Amino acid sequence: MAAKKSQQFDPVKTLNEIEEKFEMFQILNEEGEIVNEEANPNLSDEDLQELMRRMVYTRILDQRSISLNRQGRLGFYAPTAGQEASQIASHFALKKEDFILPGYRDVPQLIWHGWPLEQAFLFSRGHFMGNQMPEGLNVLPPQIIIGAQYIQATGVALGMQKRKKEAVAITYTGEGGSSQGDFYEGINFAGSFRAPAIFIVQNNQYAISTPREVQTAAKTVAQKAVAAGIPGIFVDGMDPLAVYAVTRDARERAIKGEGPTLIETFCYRYGPHTMAGDDPTRYRTSDIDSEWEKKDPLVRFRKYLESKNLWSEEKENEVMEQAKEEIKAAIKKADAAPKQKVTDLLGIMYEEMPFNVKEQMDIYKAKESK
Amino acid sequence: MAQLTMIQAITEALKTELKNDENVLVFGEDVGNNGGVFRATEGLQKEFGEDRVFDTPLAESGIGGLAIGLALQGYRPVPEIQFFGFVFEVMDSISGQMARMRYRSGGSQHAPVTIRSPFGGGVHTPEMHADSLEGLMAASPGLKVVIPSNPYDAKGLLLSAIRDNDPVIFLEHMKLYRSFRQEVPEEEYTIPLGKADVKREGKDLSIITYGAMVQESIKAAEELEKENYSVEVIDLRTIQPLDIETIIASVEKTGRAMVVQEAQKQAGIAANVVAEITDRAILSLDAPVLRVTAPDTVFAFSQAEEVWLPNAKDIVETAKKVLTF
Repeated sequence: MAAKKSQQFDPVKTLNEIEEKFEMFQILNEEGEIVNEEANPNLSDEDLQELMRRMVYTRILDQRSISLNRQGRLGFYAPTAGQEASQIASHFALKKEDFILPGYRDVPQLIWHGWPLEQAFLFSRGHFMGNQMPEGLNVLPPQIIIGAQYIQATGVALGMQKRKKEAVAITYTGEGGSSQGDFYEGINFAGSFRAPAIFIVQNNQYAISTPREVQTAAKTVAQKAVAAGIPGIFVDGMDPLAVYAVTRDARERAIKGEGPTLIETFCYRYGPHTMAGDDPTRYRTSDIDSEWEKKDPLVRFRKYLESKNLWSEEKENEVMEQAKEEIKAAIKKADAAPKQKVTDLLGIMYEEMPFNVKEQMDIYKAKESK
Repeated sequence: MAQLTMIQAITEALKTELKNDENVLVFGEDVGNNGGVFRATEGLQKEFGEDRVFDTPLAESGIGGLAIGLALQGYRPVPEIQFFGFVFEVMDSISGQMARMRYRSGGSQHAPVTIRSPFGGGVHTPEMHADSLEGLMAASPGLKVVIPSNPYDAKGLLLSAIRDNDPVIFLEHMKLYRSFRQEVPEEEYTIPLGKADVKREGKDLSIITYGAMVQESIKAAEELEKENYSVEVIDLRTIQPLDIETIIASVEKTGRAMVVQEAQKQAGIAANVVAEITDRAILSLDAPVLRVTAPDTVFAFSQAEEVWLPNAKDIVETAKKVLTF
């Protein structure tokens, strides 16, 4: 018997209903008050302090990196201020065995996963020694091609599943990256294989200058998960507790064999796209900047911690001093790295040098010994 | 010893390596239960299970990225791109990502991926299925590009490719899949990558070629033999890196050379071979080094294919120009 339709399917109504369901998930509001006690991850006092410490440290790292770049002492740099909750709180839910596939703005997560600061600085300068990851550090260096890391993350996750590891692959891009084919292929493959992956889209409102509205007609990036048949969540990306909680939950599901999750963190970058000449005043107003500054992740988390007597100005100054000292020492170390040579590059093209590389190696050895 | 077609020899090699190394994974579009659209992976899923031999969603970039991620977990992925004309969809994963894995990790990581893919004209495929795009791959530092011309070589080269710790593009000419059989030993053997093979010895002219043009060049050489020309045919087998030693030794011996490829004149690697010969052996040459190639148009699928594709007659014609210069 043919199935009977009681009424005609209304695609517009269905879309609207789905979009309405993707409300922003929040735990800690702008005033530093818990607004969603039920979802509170109840981190220990030490963990709350550590998360704050990392965010403050990262803000200082960003400020110092920008000024080092202006002095010509760093190369490629993509500012991170404003995105601390999205980056640091999501990373805080991970374990050492989890594998990070970052975009180019995601240097902080790599550092908190164990990438030595001086290597991050060398990476910024384009020195290949920056990318020589220490043994046991489960990361790739920052990806430059927007979205390419998404599909690679699925491969890592599938490998983990095959190896029966209790670990996840986590990858980051921006809302611009969510327009790439690799974004869709990544979440779709991961869904199909039920691979233990976490896909984070840090929606910082602008892909260089292109506003969020131009990227997609979808109301949220998170809802794109629906088409891939995986869970998606739209979270306040300026709220460390909410970002932490959804990442922790995604990790738990993945490890239980329940597959991947797409997380959209709604956030903002205060600085330019990169330090290579982007001027944000061409595409956004200072009014927008100040609107977002009110939502600042450090401000609200500081208020929250102070209300619990877990943070003070003194503590914050201590962290800032420590960060400055360590950054200074790391730059010194980076300065001491041997100059990169063409012969270094020739030497790492293949496991064994083919004839053309060998021949060119001799030519450049001679050039570089002059 | 069994008489095998090239596709059977390829299946043999895959089976051998799936057995030898538990880290080898075979995947792609329709490679599982269906055994691949050309049956290169016939029976492999049944024998080795869905964990090792599996279908993917239909997306070439996804397949490339998946291979990179699996390599990072210690696997030795052998993905199939269903037709090499689809490679544009996965160019970033290949040339932008896996070819640069050593560089991007300062030499601390590598991507031991072997991408297998059918290519080549003469079998009346639809558009974007037959193009000779090996030159694109050969132009990407960090890759190796292998193209077998017969069943025996296909097995030995594929085993070497899978065992290689750098990414290898392994291109299988569709016309060669079932066009002839050859004795292929059941036991495993390898043919080193980067080594050309003198398929026919000669004294008057060196024809440097690869893929399906090896058979055409041999046919041409036999034709020229009737006119008392002794022609050497070199099958490159690996087009990146080139086996310069074998090429130059042959040219120095014969004093005359030509390059034959199925790809268009502006594509492939013929121009590169000519440049290497003039760089290294110009004083041995008695004639210009000419090329037989397809014309610089898009692949003429189905309609003008027979004229478009270079053949033995074209080769004889050009060979005579070089021989009588």
